[in-house]
Amino acid sequence: MTNRIIELRSVSKTIHDHQILSDLNLEIHNGEFLTLLGPSGCGKTTLLRLISGFEDPTTGKIFINGNDVNGLPPHMRHVHTVFQSYALFPHMTVFENVAFGLRCQKLPKIEIEARVIDVLKTVKLEKYTYRKPDQLSGGQQQRVAIARAVVNRPLVLLLDEPLSSLDYRLRKTMQIELKQLQRKLGITFIFVTHDQEEALSMSDRVVVMHEGCIEQIGTPRQVYEQPENLTVANFIGEANIFDTEIKSADGNQYTVDIIGNERVVKSNRVYAVGEKVHVLVRPEDLRVWGRSEVEDPKNMYPGTVEEVIYKGTTVDLMVRLDNNQMVSATEFFDEDDDRLEYTIGEKVLATWLAGWEVILPHEAP
Amino acid sequence: MKLHDNALKISSLSLIWIWLIVFALLPFCLVTVASFLSHDDTHMFNLPFTIANYLQLNNFIYVKIFKQSFYIAGLCTLFCLLLGYPFAYVIANIEGRFKNLLVLLIVIPFWTSSLIRTYSMITMLKPKGVINSLLLSTGLIHKPLALLFTDTAVMIGLVYNLLPFMILPLLTNIERLDKRLVDAARDLGANKITTFRRVILPLTMPGIISGSILVFLPAMTIFYIPDLLGGSKSILLGNLIQNQFLIAQNWPLGSAVSVVFTLILAILLWVYWRSSAAKQDRRAFL
Repeated sequence: MTNRIIELRSVSKTIHDHQILSDLNLEIHNGEFLTLLGPSGCGKTTLLRLISGFEDPTTGKIFINGNDVNGLPPHMRHVHTVFQSYALFPHMTVFENVAFGLRCQKLPKIEIEARVIDVLKTVKLEKYTYRKPDQLSGGQQQRVAIARAVVNRPLVLLLDEPLSSLDYRLRKTMQIELKQLQRKLGITFIFVTHDQEEALSMSDRVVVMHEGCIEQIGTPRQVYEQPENLTVANFIGEANIFDTEIKSADGNQYTVDIIGNERVVKSNRVYAVGEKVHVLVRPEDLRVWGRSEVEDPKNMYPGTVEEVIYKGTTVDLMVRLDNNQMVSATEFFDEDDDRLEYTIGEKVLATWLAGWEVILPHEAP
Repeated sequence: MKLHDNALKISSLSLIWIWLIVFALLPFCLVTVASFLSHDDTHMFNLPFTIANYLQLNNFIYVKIFKQSFYIAGLCTLFCLLLGYPFAYVIANIEGRFKNLLVLLIVIPFWTSSLIRTYSMITMLKPKGVINSLLLSTGLIHKPLALLFTDTAVMIGLVYNLLPFMILPLLTNIERLDKRLVDAARDLGANKITTFRRVILPLTMPGIISGSILVFLPAMTIFYIPDLLGGSKSILLGNLIQNQFLIAQNWPLGSAVSVVFTLILAILLWVYWRSSAAKQDRRAFL
């Protein structure tokens, strides 16, 4: 019981006859870093507002620390929010911003001061105590926003796309800082983002949302390597998709026909012979060989290089297979293999290691 | 292109400067000079230079008029603020077409001359006027209230005329207020009163100040409102200046009143400016 800090039971939200969230069930464990991931408009911010108490669910129940919080105002929930673009009070100093929540609780002055200074040290802002928000950089403002929320010792910290307004480099730094801070504080973080890389690198668990529904809940590895459906597979990372059907089955091994090539693929799911499926291959699992390098082109797919994108650690290729399907491949530099120079128009052969693919049931496009 | 832009900038700026010099600075200098001239029955103003006009102002009757004017204008500003702030706040938070309609309703009175609207106030306020008839017919009062030619009538007229000048700057200020700050305050446990006092009020202070200045200054000097609605009983600064210039034909004294009035306002603004600047400094320094 104590391990479930937040629980959502068939929560739905309708705004102006528009279904924003439909029938969500979610359990959030105490102390975990959970990410709500989805494209903009998928309802992840609305879900956050339901948990924080700015809005109430149309149907369903939300439990925080075992208590039904329906109708409870935001500050009674022991949940605090770090808002998108921070919403720091511009007329107050860093100290006053952070002390705001404690002053609302009418705590003694000495305690307020001690706690504010303490939390400012945690976020390494003790030198900026008397600055105004507009005298701080984006990253510092971000830390003030976090300090202002955590100083109240919330059970859960909600973060609404807190890194989206920072530049790429600073975002990377803040990702690490946030993760470290979360470990240090031991508070449950619910983090909203539309950036899949951010979600994968920071979270203990990822909740993939799409059009108001939860598509998959799992560890970053699970959602990336074993996506439950095409929506998840397409949203998290890139995927090359081959449509085919099961020709024969042998335990968890299936034979399929991919562009005229019979292949044995593996899946933990059960499929019937004749069932239509999608075979998914991540670009980094696809190997591309020059034609002269290959002696036995069995199980390989001939194509032509259409685009070469050099990215430093990798080379990304767009290859048009002979059946006209476009696939993308990411080739890593390998010290033993210096032949990573592809030219546009070069005839190549593409393949992947058996078992590195993911089989998903057919979905109508 | 660059040259062209600069030429435009310089010409438009110099136009404003010339305008201000010819129609504001020059008249003010003339008034200042006139205030040091003498007055006799045959001339509006005459040499030699003297400070007699200023000494004359030390008379208790003029001091009283000054005090009374500041009191009335201050009270009018306060009423406009108390009426205008909630109104502006509500409008600023309405979405869509209805909002535009409400803003239009504030602006529409400007399409009629303020003088004409003040005359129409007489029909509202007189013993058999609209307000009294309404109150009598509802049985709330049994004999007409004496509204016209009282300080109350002057106050009603001033507030009515000047309220839009309070609402409009407040409206723009409140509209610009980031609503997420209100959410943030709520999230941190502030109730409605605390949120207003600690977040909304400080952030809308610029609107309050500019609205107050826009109301306070005209309230001191719109002479026709005390004239028409206050009768002969109510003499404010505006009336005093107008009387000295047009009726008593004592231009030097009228000028002296104007100069003292301008100086007092300048000092008030300077004090306000200093105090807010000092506040900024202190905060930056800490």
